[in-house]
Amino acid sequence: MINTKVNICGVELKNPVIAASGTFGFGREYAEYFPLSKLGGISSKGLTLNRKEGNKGIRIYETTGGLLNSIGLQNPGIDEFISNQLPFMKKQDTIVLANVGGGTIEEYVTSIERLNKTNIDMIELNISCPNVKEGGMAFGIRSKDAYEIVSEVRKTCKKPLIVKLSPNAENIVHMAETCVKAGADGLSLVNTFSGMAIDIYSKSPVFENTIAGLSGPCIKPIALRMVYEVSKAVDVPIIGIGGIMDYKDAIEFIMAGAWAIQVGSGNFINPTITLDIIEGIETFMVNQRIKSLEEIRGIIWRENI
Amino acid sequence: MKRAYNKGIIHSNTKISHNIFELKLEIDLWNRFGEDLGIPGQFYMLRGWEAKDPFLPRPISIANIEDNIITFLYEVRGKGTHIISKLVKGDTLELLGPLGNGFDLKLKGKVGIVSGGIGIAPLIYLSKKLDNNVDFYCGFRDEVYYTDIIEKRVDRLFISTEDGSQGHKGFVTELFDPHRYDLIFTCGPLPMIKNVIKICRDIVPVYCSMESRMACGIGACLGCTIKTTKGMERVCKDGPVFSSREVIFSD
Repeated sequence: MINTKVNICGVELKNPVIAASGTFGFGREYAEYFPLSKLGGISSKGLTLNRKEGNKGIRIYETTGGLLNSIGLQNPGIDEFISNQLPFMKKQDTIVLANVGGGTIEEYVTSIERLNKTNIDMIELNISCPNVKEGGMAFGIRSKDAYEIVSEVRKTCKKPLIVKLSPNAENIVHMAETCVKAGADGLSLVNTFSGMAIDIYSKSPVFENTIAGLSGPCIKPIALRMVYEVSKAVDVPIIGIGGIMDYKDAIEFIMAGAWAIQVGSGNFINPTITLDIIEGIETFMVNQRIKSLEEIRGIIWRENI
Repeated sequence: MKRAYNKGIIHSNTKISHNIFELKLEIDLWNRFGEDLGIPGQFYMLRGWEAKDPFLPRPISIANIEDNIITFLYEVRGKGTHIISKLVKGDTLELLGPLGNGFDLKLKGKVGIVSGGIGIAPLIYLSKKLDNNVDFYCGFRDEVYYTDIIEKRVDRLFISTEDGSQGHKGFVTELFDPHRYDLIFTCGPLPMIKNVIKICRDIVPVYCSMESRMACGIGACLGCTIKTTKGMERVCKDGPVFSSREVIFSD
């Protein structure tokens, strides 16, 4: 018998596959295609204290092996999330993470206070959205800024606290260590890479904000390297993210040291891609006689296995 | 539960004009239960390649449905549509849908349909499904296509070309009088849609099918949203058909 369960910060996921924030809404659209209870978890669309309309202009631009996005955290705000989206998500028999962004420390803290009073399973603190000031990337580049926000949130947060790291951090390992020192229970990485595109006919940037976030299989090798380096450096659970398109990608991240993984852009090319990944992981475990994911977690560097 | 991506078999894939192709897809492999394959204005996400490159599927609207064959008209614009244009009879491609809201077929009164370029695609199917009296105004840059089929379905057909090679020389919006109609359906380039709405303002309601870059196609990613009186709405899920009274244009 194989066991795909993982325990992250005291929360048990039935499998290691989580739908990534911003690619899965609040799950409603995907619930039309498959039972969300199949998932290990869902990370909500990035939330801010007050509702946001998102960015103007082009929001999506395809690139080789991925896409640039500049959605700009369009979301209904924390209160609307708590009253209208969270009850639906909690009914799906899967773990729910609230992805929380903000422009100021006060904004983050107020959002967390409101989420403390709900039955949300975990918080995923977004200090890595490149597309808006309120996305928190201002806190995700330099370790000392991250320390400030994570330690303040930690004082308030009564839920398991995952911090979502930006690959644009000055030094990803130092950033990870700093967030753990500041009180993070776990880390998820990576968010999108800062990128851009130019319309050569209009001689102007494609995006109103010029810079957008790059995701998809084109970022996978770099994301994998970052997960590998961070996993070796810290002792908290790591959730690997970055261009995961199939079970092989997922297993690679786990072997690099991830406890669980998130699937983002892959949802766009197939709304049931997460099911294929979950089934693929199970089949791989059976064929390779792997009883639990712990056996292969970080296997490429861990000693005494 | 809705179906995720399924395979369709190409029945034909024909160039009907410069850069314009007609694709007929047979989908009876999975449509054994005669489910609804879509109404005018709805679309499918199409992918004629192994997923990853190009990364995203392409949203293409339904131009006709007959038995188990769906017809799509598409313009070759980039890599994705170029690959699809090279596929031949017997090849397969993957499709997700039908998606979006579609046109309201229950509205009463005399209808004016206004198309521009490849925006004609959903309106071809609309002209087949409407019971109303319909006049069809179609504008093209140069070459005219599909007008023979439309002509048989409508009361009057008006054609314009920008180069004057057929019909009225100029824009299609110069041809029609909004006072003659109880409602207008339109699809085409954004400047044309804006112009139709301007001409019809305070005279006749307009329903327009909007276009936007899409990623997921099912309403989750918020990549294709447009500004409306109800807030930011998703073209793929809340649209693509909107009442002109809802849409807020940026300029």
